[in-house]
Amino acid sequence: MTVRLAFSLAMASLWYRRRVLALVTLTLTLSITLLLGVQYLRTEVKQSFTNTVSGTDLIVGARSGQLNLLLYTIFHIGDATNNIRWSTYQQLQEDERIGWLVPISLGDSYRGHRVVGTSEQFPEHFRYGRDQKPELAVGEWFDDVFDVVLGARVAREHGHQLGDDIVLSHGGGRTSFSNHKDTPFTVTGILAATGTPMDQAVYIGLDGLEAIHIGWESGVAIRGRTVTPEQARKRDLTPETITAALVGIDRKVLTFQVQRHINESGTEPLTAILPGVALSELWRIMGQFEKALLGITAFVVITSLIGLVAVLLTLQAQRRQEIAILRATGASPMLIAGLHVIECVILALAACGLAVVAGAAGVAGLSPWLLDTWGIQVGLRPLNAMEWLIIACVPAAAFLVGLIPALQAWRGSRKQGLGHVIPE
Amino acid sequence: MPDMTSKTDLPADSSTAPRQALRICNLSFRWDATQPPLSYPDITLNTGEHLFLRGPSGSGKSTLLSMLSGLIVPDSGTLTLLGKELANLTSGQRDRFRADHMGVIFQQFNLVPYLTTLGNVMLPCRLSEQRRSQAMPTPQQEAESLLTALGIPQSHWHRRVTGLSVGQQQRVAAARALTGAPELILADEPTSALDSDNRDRFIALLLELAAEKHSSVIFVSHDQSLAQRFDHRITLEVAP
Repeated sequence: MTVRLAFSLAMASLWYRRRVLALVTLTLTLSITLLLGVQYLRTEVKQSFTNTVSGTDLIVGARSGQLNLLLYTIFHIGDATNNIRWSTYQQLQEDERIGWLVPISLGDSYRGHRVVGTSEQFPEHFRYGRDQKPELAVGEWFDDVFDVVLGARVAREHGHQLGDDIVLSHGGGRTSFSNHKDTPFTVTGILAATGTPMDQAVYIGLDGLEAIHIGWESGVAIRGRTVTPEQARKRDLTPETITAALVGIDRKVLTFQVQRHINESGTEPLTAILPGVALSELWRIMGQFEKALLGITAFVVITSLIGLVAVLLTLQAQRRQEIAILRATGASPMLIAGLHVIECVILALAACGLAVVAGAAGVAGLSPWLLDTWGIQVGLRPLNAMEWLIIACVPAAAFLVGLIPALQAWRGSRKQGLGHVIPE
Repeated sequence: MPDMTSKTDLPADSSTAPRQALRICNLSFRWDATQPPLSYPDITLNTGEHLFLRGPSGSGKSTLLSMLSGLIVPDSGTLTLLGKELANLTSGQRDRFRADHMGVIFQQFNLVPYLTTLGNVMLPCRLSEQRRSQAMPTPQQEAESLLTALGIPQSHWHRRVTGLSVGQQQRVAAARALTGAPELILADEPTSALDSDNRDRFIALLLELAAEKHSSVIFVSHDQSLAQRFDHRITLEVAP
């Protein structure tokens, strides 16, 4: 009966002071939303991050660190230190332990987007997310030398449609002065959005990449040595080098053996990496930042809880009379203290509820923008155990900080005379 | 230290209706060591009788009410309410005793601001099982009939008490004190904020309703003109 009484009194009291308390609850709600949002995005970004590549057992490139190799082949960040010879690639193709190979050739760009030279092996074998194939939204994969397939965002950003002619630039960078303007490409396909770096890339065949570099051997176009598309088609367009290769191994137990074999290869210095290991190393580095961010937001929540207590303590002065009445009517000091704790916990619960709703609305509202602008795929999903734990911590913390005004009220009401507070 | 040697010839058994509502003997209290102790004359009051307690400021009127309510404990002497020696009860038991057996009216600001008029009146019935069972026929109906008797318009019953005038607030407080028929009603200058018309009407209603419920009213005031309405009158003096 006392618990019910305390609860109903607390509710009435909160409602009575709703104007002041609405503001502190709002502060608390915002900080919980922030904390929850950071934790949620952390998980989602990590998911999105590890989703960038799947099913590839090894990535082979010129000798370098595993992060560098992973970054330029999969994330299209940074540049290769060196290329690998086409003959080496062919040797790998003959290795019986290797099931499939996808060649990757980098170096050019289209309005700041990476151009990836590859082969028909790419749509065949490359996978991302949960073993998902890169699907075309419209059109077909490149067939002709001068065919190009655009990533979802590239097409959307520049408003390209099937049949558009585009001119690739030599080297990276958003604005380039050396364009392969003699050899334009025709858009034959546009990829569906994947939420991975693929959305930002442009895919052409290795032969196309070779064709546009005829006469560019010194790094710039030399007049008279460049060719028209028709002339290019007649040439042998087998590349001399490629940047990297993605490797699939049929019998997974042989992965380490193949890796060691490639790393110890005598033909040229190569590095073979396990994408999963490289990804987790990369995430470990980035993880420090997001842990720091989570820590900061936890402090924000603590700060707003302290703000809540400050407000409750201020209200305490106004509540002396009310406490005197309750005491005189027979309420125990425990009931008075309980009122404060219950009020604090109710406010925290309300803030948590609002934060979950606000967070869900925020995620639903922002996910198209996140995918568009940052290529991060964030979807609504049920909260995981960690997030529930964070939510549960808030009323628990509110209970603890609620003990401060409660203890004060308890001590005060024990020293109270009838209808007035005994001066200290 | 409470004086345990004083004779308490009343049975401690509460099932038989105690004839004595109040009995105090050699009572004294001091707020702090630098001040002279407040000492009180011996008082005996039978159930249903009313007591008028008069005295100038500083004579210890409110302190006596605080002791009677069990919120503070006397330094020495005995204080027996309804056959129970208060000093023998723990603070929790005194809270319980107050909830069960006492109604309280203050000078002003008597009401919990966030409760409705009815909510305020029924508060004792929510804090005490005994008061609830004594509220006839039900807490709600008793509260309504008390409010009607005390002239609180029905339009105010379900509204928050902040809209009531001071006179109305005091009458709502009286209704709260009376609800559940407590044996004792402690009234600490309840009329000092009222004009003379309101004051006379308030006291008349309070004593009439208290008689109905067989409650003893202990009424503290410095207004001598009210004294003739009471069976017993005691004047407290300021300690020399």
